[in-house]
Amino acid sequence: MPKKQINASYAPVVDKRTAKIPVAKNCLKAFFIGGLICMLGEILKNFFIDLGMQEETAVSSYLVVIIGITAFFTAIGKYDNAGQFAGAGLAVPISGFANSVSSSMLEYRSEGFVLGMAANAFKLAGCVIVWGSVSAFILACIDLILEVVL
Amino acid sequence: MKKGKRTWIFANKPSLISGAAVGAQMEKEGPMAPSFDYFFDDMRAGKLSFEMAERAFLQKACNIALEKAALQKEDIDCFLAGDLMNQIISSSFTARDLPCAYLGQFGACSTSAQALLVGAALIDSGFAEKVLCATVSHNASAEKQFRFPNEYGIQKPPYSQFTVNAAGAGILSSEKASVCITAATPGRVIDIGITDAFNLGAAMAPAAFDTIKTHLEDMALNFGHYDLIITGDLGRTGHECLMDILSDAKMEFDSKRILDGGLLIYNTHTQNVFSGGSGCGCSAAVLFVHYLPLLQQKEIRRLLFVATGALMSPVSMQQGESIPCIAHAVSLEVM
Amino acid sequence: MLIYAFLVGGAICVVGQLLMNVCKLDPAHTMCVLVVSGTVLSFFGIYQDLVEFAGAGATTPISSFGNALLEGAREGMRENGFIGILSGLLKNVSAGIGAAVVFGFFAAVFFKPKG
Repeated sequence: MPKKQINASYAPVVDKRTAKIPVAKNCLKAFFIGGLICMLGEILKNFFIDLGMQEETAVSSYLVVIIGITAFFTAIGKYDNAGQFAGAGLAVPISGFANSVSSSMLEYRSEGFVLGMAANAFKLAGCVIVWGSVSAFILACIDLILEVVL
Repeated sequence: MKKGKRTWIFANKPSLISGAAVGAQMEKEGPMAPSFDYFFDDMRAGKLSFEMAERAFLQKACNIALEKAALQKEDIDCFLAGDLMNQIISSSFTARDLPCAYLGQFGACSTSAQALLVGAALIDSGFAEKVLCATVSHNASAEKQFRFPNEYGIQKPPYSQFTVNAAGAGILSSEKASVCITAATPGRVIDIGITDAFNLGAAMAPAAFDTIKTHLEDMALNFGHYDLIITGDLGRTGHECLMDILSDAKMEFDSKRILDGGLLIYNTHTQNVFSGGSGCGCSAAVLFVHYLPLLQQKEIRRLLFVATGALMSPVSMQQGESIPCIAHAVSLEVM
Repeated sequence: MLIYAFLVGGAICVVGQLLMNVCKLDPAHTMCVLVVSGTVLSFFGIYQDLVEFAGAGATTPISSFGNALLEGAREGMRENGFIGILSGLLKNVSAGIGAAVVFGFFAAVFFKPKG
């Protein structure tokens, strides 16, 4: 049977000796770095709009730029160190999604270009796509039912 | 010969005649660097993948250990090796090039002690005369297998540990030599209920405690008998937990004489290794290239080597199981 | 707008950080929670207001992925009914997924993981 609870006499020792995660510091870093990335996105978006793009296309374009930058830094091996520092500040913006795809592809390339790199591309990102799609599908169905009923 | 609950006494005193260890960049920057035999500049050791590199590390360590003992591959009767990869591929693939019997070992990071105690038992019982014991771990291949892709920007907690890039190999012999294995206590699996795969040190500390306690009771010894007790890879968190458990158990011990391989191999303040090193190459490297020479020079005379291992897999973790842990103790003495 | 983008984007990242550090979720679970939250907020029309207010501050975090999925599904539904939900679902996010896959491919072809 799996043990779900830490042995009662040992739990206080673990609590005391396990270094505490600096939550406040991590949140501060996440806030600033996440905020800066979003601000960069906004600047890029405005730049694309100034070039004459539609708002929607500009949004897609700036996201693609961030994805490209992330893939590059992942490839040269710098993103993981930045991720250790920034935490959710890099993981939550679209850069985290891009990194999860490119890091998996890089990692599994040694197992072949088809069953290694390609098959594992969505090893981490797949959960976001599946959960997002299913939840959006269900909510859209509710919308549809409401529309028919009302 | 069994003594007490589960301690083995080796009447024929198998000797540890040589030891070797290789590392990579991180180990080269660590405080143990002068003891190492060889460093690979490249994490990939010039190979195509991290898994192949891990194999190259193990082969290199085995070759150096053979060289130091002035032996050929053909002189070895049995090869006992283990690593952290699925189906222990690094060890089995290294065994392809060896003309001797091969028994794959797995005890996660406790494999180094497991190989030593099985090897000592083989020699003591006369089934082998020369046994090559080796373990290896590689940071990148272990990250890939146990956690996330190496380039995935995950934020690790400060109590996590850094798997060492190192291989250690030692040769046991039936011939008399200065350093002998006099006794060993194989561990039992202890699961204290920890489910955080980053907190392995805290999970393994109770196993180390159980094995040390059983060993001392079986042998009717106290802590003072050993000049040093070296635990495998508890890291800072695990080491402090072990100290607390020992204090809580009202045992008399000198905290300066209980050291941990995971804290010895790296400088945890200047190197980015969180709570310390881990992996089955960690304890092996520390023992074979640092403490074996100290024993041979008779600077320390009695050493208890307690390698600790966390026996979980990515599958068991995702299925919500807690982490079963083990520790094996091997007693090394200068004759 | 820039300031709002900074504040809202940062705040969503803090929510993610708290999910990881306080609720002890791993990154994958955290992202799933944020995406599903995005679809729910979008369902009630809140996320669209947030986009209006903060621009990239709301469209950059992964929660906007959920918003984009539901928006796409809704657009499809208006045009083609039920089958439109499925055909429209990934429409708005295909640029992101496509870019991630293509750039990831070239990253993997031309580079090796550093470890």
